[in-house]
Amino acid sequence: MTATAIETRADHDAAGEKVFNDLIAQDMRIEPRDWMPADYRKSLTRQISQHAHSEIIGMQPEANWITRAPSLKRKAVLMAKVQDEAGHGLYLYSAAETLGTPRDQMTEDLIAGKARYSSIFNYPVLTWADIGAIGWLVDGAAICNQVPLCRASYGPYGRAMVRICKEESFHQRQGFEILLELANGTPEQRAMAQDAVNRWYAPSLMMFGPPDEDSPNSQKSMEWKIKRFSNDELRSRFVGMMVEQIKVLGLDLPDKDVRFDEESGRWEHGPLDWNEFKEVLAGRGPCNAQRMERRREAHEDGAWVRDAASAYAARQAAKHTTKAA
Amino acid sequence: MSEANASATRITPGNALRPEDIALQDAKPADAVARYALGLGDDALILAQRLGWWISRAPELEEDVALANIALDQIGHARSFLTYAGRAWDRTEDDLAYFRREPEFRSVHLVEQPNGDFARTIARQFVVSLYQWELYSRLVHSSDPTLAAIAAKAVKEVDYHRDHATQWVLRLALGTEESRRRMIAGLRLTWPYVEELFTDHPLIDEVGDAGVRPSELRAPFDDAVLTVLTEAELDVPAVPGATGGGRLGRHSEHLGYMLAEMQVLAREHPGASW
Repeated sequence: MTATAIETRADHDAAGEKVFNDLIAQDMRIEPRDWMPADYRKSLTRQISQHAHSEIIGMQPEANWITRAPSLKRKAVLMAKVQDEAGHGLYLYSAAETLGTPRDQMTEDLIAGKARYSSIFNYPVLTWADIGAIGWLVDGAAICNQVPLCRASYGPYGRAMVRICKEESFHQRQGFEILLELANGTPEQRAMAQDAVNRWYAPSLMMFGPPDEDSPNSQKSMEWKIKRFSNDELRSRFVGMMVEQIKVLGLDLPDKDVRFDEESGRWEHGPLDWNEFKEVLAGRGPCNAQRMERRREAHEDGAWVRDAASAYAARQAAKHTTKAA
Repeated sequence: MSEANASATRITPGNALRPEDIALQDAKPADAVARYALGLGDDALILAQRLGWWISRAPELEEDVALANIALDQIGHARSFLTYAGRAWDRTEDDLAYFRREPEFRSVHLVEQPNGDFARTIARQFVVSLYQWELYSRLVHSSDPTLAAIAAKAVKEVDYHRDHATQWVLRLALGTEESRRRMIAGLRLTWPYVEELFTDHPLIDEVGDAGVRPSELRAPFDDAVLTVLTEAELDVPAVPGATGGGRLGRHSEHLGYMLAEMQVLAREHPGASW
């Protein structure tokens, strides 16, 4: 490469960076063909693909109850919900692909254990009430996290999030409805509901990620306007919502320390076990191995089907070419 | 995409016939019509129960979505048929789904068959969807307005199931050597249960113009099968038909396990609502 070429490339990057910074400053959208810093691309690819993996792995815990759902209406709603999650995974993989990483690569990374997904899905779904608690708490936390992402600076991600958030809010309502029915049901059903809330409360608060002082990726992400609010800010907002909603359910939050702090204007919660969070994230949660094995199995068992579809497509294309010639 | 396919995806909750509407209407079916509806509802329910297993296990994400969609359509048909049937006996869809014993079910053996690999599931879908399409496209003319209305909604959805199964039969049969071998094996495992679909039982005489005589569906079904299998360069499997009996309450060995799983939670809490 000649010196002139290097200079041209540097000029190009400098011009691109200026446009990029201006767009971010004006709160406008970055689109796939725009110039973007390598770190922005890398960070977004990581975030969007992790989000996609979470949707796909997240299908498993709830699918576990499809065959046992206690009424036909609930069975239909649950099937539709898990189907939505497959759809969310598809939009998100597509959004991530616009940054240059193919879906196959992301799937390989997940199966090889190189990519992460939300650690909440490594907890077991033990009773029907867990389906309600997941909808209410886990999807509720996801919505708090995701609504601000509708304004993320990267266009394809923000647009995918708009549709996902609409469906997630429906999921949260169906979870709340399941718990409400159980809370007003027989004593056994009510106990089942309280037990599920007890088990899912702390893990759902930890979905917002580590406390701000311990969150290395957050600051850059906020400068780039991918992330709009800090982990602790969102967590506090979520706790405030749950405090009101649990009253309607007539159940208790398993947290004696919940209070509104007048000074900071924020909801405070009791201590969370961040060691547990780290353990689960490091692969030592109750269901990590099981979730990964199921995904690997589905992917490998399906290889011959995908090969057949590709071979058929190639054969049809060859036929058309022959006809055209 | 045919006109019927196009509209199936556009049905909105606003104008679709819902099981809740059927539960509220005054019409009660005659006992024979109710027993007929029960058979069709059980087929759809057991098939949905089988298909539901695939969600999160399909060969690709697009298939998770597609199989879930088909399962959802089937559960919708099941809810409508069972709700209507139950009106004859003051029982709800859930009473019928969760609190009947195995010999009280009226599903055919075909829908009880295991999922097996993807090719076997597709073979079962291929047979079921072609059969249901022939059935529902005639049931729309039923003298019973509720059965006709359920069929009118179902036929549009099943037309899409038929397309899905056909497209996969072609891809698997003409894809790779392995997929072709598996498709042939899947069809052979499925074919013994085809004959039962077209067997007339005495009930059909009691139902009269409200129902569709199964034996009348055989010829159009065979034509439709032949068209697809010819394009797929496959032969119709030459295997003997199995003794059926599902419509009389004599089931395959598989149904007991399926019901044990499906009913377990509801039966642990009798009288509870969910």
